[in-house]
Amino acid sequence: MVYEENKTEAVEMRHIISILLENEAGALSRVAGLFSARAYNIESLTVAPTDDPSLSRMTLVTTGTDEIVEQVCKQLNKLVDVVKLVNLTDDVHVERELILIKLVAEDERRDEVKRIMDIFHGHVIDMTDTTYTVEVTGDSEKIDAVLKALEHITMLEVVRSGQLGMARGDKGIV
Amino acid sequence: MELTGAEIIIECLKAEDIDYVFGYPGGAVLHIYDAFYKQDDVQHILVRHEQGATHAADGYARATGKPGVVLVTSGPGATNAVTGIATAYMDSIPMIVITGQVPKHLIGNDAFQEVDSVGITRPIVKHNFLINDVNDIAETFKKAFYVATTGRPGPVVIDIPKDITAEKVAFEYPSEINMRSYNPAVVADEGQIKKAVELMVKAERPMIYSGGGVIIGNGSEQLRTFTRSLGYPITQTLMGLGAFPASDPLSVGMLGMHGTYEANMGMHHSDLLIAIGARFDDRVTGALEKFCPDAKIIHIDIDPASISKNVKVDVPIVGEVTQVLDAVNALLEKAAEKTNKGAIEKWWAQINEWRAQDCLKYDRESEIIKPQFVIEELHKVTNGDAYITSDVGQHQMFAAQYYGFDKPRRWINSGGLGTMGFGLPAALGVKLAFPNEEVACITGESSIQMCLQELSTCKQYGLPIKIINLNNGYMGMVRQWQEFFYEKRYAMSYFDALPDFVALAESYGHVGIKVEKTADVRPALEEAFKQKDRLVFLDFITDREENVYPMIPSGAGLNEMILV
Repeated sequence: MVYEENKTEAVEMRHIISILLENEAGALSRVAGLFSARAYNIESLTVAPTDDPSLSRMTLVTTGTDEIVEQVCKQLNKLVDVVKLVNLTDDVHVERELILIKLVAEDERRDEVKRIMDIFHGHVIDMTDTTYTVEVTGDSEKIDAVLKALEHITMLEVVRSGQLGMARGDKGIV
Repeated sequence: MELTGAEIIIECLKAEDIDYVFGYPGGAVLHIYDAFYKQDDVQHILVRHEQGATHAADGYARATGKPGVVLVTSGPGATNAVTGIATAYMDSIPMIVITGQVPKHLIGNDAFQEVDSVGITRPIVKHNFLINDVNDIAETFKKAFYVATTGRPGPVVIDIPKDITAEKVAFEYPSEINMRSYNPAVVADEGQIKKAVELMVKAERPMIYSGGGVIIGNGSEQLRTFTRSLGYPITQTLMGLGAFPASDPLSVGMLGMHGTYEANMGMHHSDLLIAIGARFDDRVTGALEKFCPDAKIIHIDIDPASISKNVKVDVPIVGEVTQVLDAVNALLEKAAEKTNKGAIEKWWAQINEWRAQDCLKYDRESEIIKPQFVIEELHKVTNGDAYITSDVGQHQMFAAQYYGFDKPRRWINSGGLGTMGFGLPAALGVKLAFPNEEVACITGESSIQMCLQELSTCKQYGLPIKIINLNNGYMGMVRQWQEFFYEKRYAMSYFDALPDFVALAESYGHVGIKVEKTADVRPALEEAFKQKDRLVFLDFITDREENVYPMIPSGAGLNEMILV
């Protein structure tokens, strides 16, 4: 019996959703407002104009059961500003995130940080006598790994861009 | 020729064939009011509070199927309209709300009477716009009407800064509009329709469950053909009443929290549920885990987001109700005779057994006026043909249970949001749309006081609606819950000081009649409807502690009703 009950429990999964929306004032708040109004999760959200300045591309990471995420997508599609929506999770796709970290780098730490950056293909993009600012890009697992690798070093500031995503293959979103 | 922004707004309304605008002036919309003053094509109805404007426009829209239009000023004008906008949104009513805004250079400056109207209304509109340029007014209006009236309808707010309404530009109303991000036209999948018809024909214990979407989508005729060709029982939601005639023997009445025994038991024991334009609201389903345990579910709806939102559906069909039911009916012309006659006969026998319970019985001999009796008498006096608006509470449920609506768009109430104060202004809007029809507002002494000021509007425009005030001295539904679930601790559910409603009606220039005995109910109603050109406020002093039965307590299933 115990096993059966466990089986029926709905599994929460991470979903990455790509959205094309009108590049208009208020469009972003419609999306963000929908999530807060309906008590959906947002793990990360990035948005910027595309090559077509009238459109913005948004990548949104959320967690939920399949039913909830299906509702999220339907509700997002209902927003008049949303032109097109794809749940990238359904198919093979690439994900990238950028992290900037400002950390204390003195004495032997300066070499150590550079070595860690080499391993993760990151770069030192700014420095002072006592600090480095580094950048690393990758999927979220890699970004988490970088943070773990630097755990023992004092970090002054951390900023992550949130996920960007795109389906693999020759098809575009529109 | 160049027109001012304000004049363009009027031209847009004319182009959309709008005859009434409900509104209230203020600083930010004075240019628009000046433009109204200079023309006679669109009539402005001056309400006494912006909430009244939205409900009046809403009532007008529900009765006619045309969009209601509201005009209010910035700041408090917009915030007062919020309740009415949310009311329309919850019930998918097409409405355009024009809100004035402070001049562009003052936006964000905490200016006098400034609020972020677009921000405040965002979660309660289908869409909203802030116009930044006088050149955009015409196109924005075209878009707003298009969005508000197509697909699943809803309110659209247009926020217009004052300075723009004074600027001049050439006017041209777009003949059509194309929005790449909004495509409401959906054609239902034929395969799904065939699958649904197969299930319908095979069903042994079917139940048709139709909702407000059938009325909004003008699908009443199709629903009647559909239901009658199958001969299956049909239950309707609070919002759907009238789409199928209550007097037809196939109708088992309303379902849900205060639905009939036969409707709710029929739902619970069905093996096939055919949901049409209904959204499985929590007041309909009761406890979700106990909902229709044996039923396969077909769900026809215009809004894909309604499908499997609360209850997992087996055969979803997304499309316009008329188009889907036409297609279903075409298939049923041949298929309907293949239904399982034996099983259906047995099913009806079972339903009739439930029906024999007579769940809507009440003490008809009572000398104290029973609210149910007033509604039944109202039905008789108006031949069941009046437009009935209501407020929210016990009287609303009594009206839904006892009036017996045979036509769509006759029953006008705030189902989703449950807005007290809706009834009177809504009735005003209906009466403007149908001056030759009887319009009655069924209300209670608590609800009526929430938008009472519109009695004055009715006087100004000569709107002889009839107000049926079921006065039990309590917020009846709150009291009922307190009786059932809070051991009769009637916290704040009564008023220590009620107005003399007769004197009050008279002070507004109307007729007031107080009715205290059962024997006087019928004559009072007849007298009221005889007064064709007067608003009559009927104050019925009813049984103070009458309850609405049946009732499904929260957390219970549809088969767990409290009966009389």
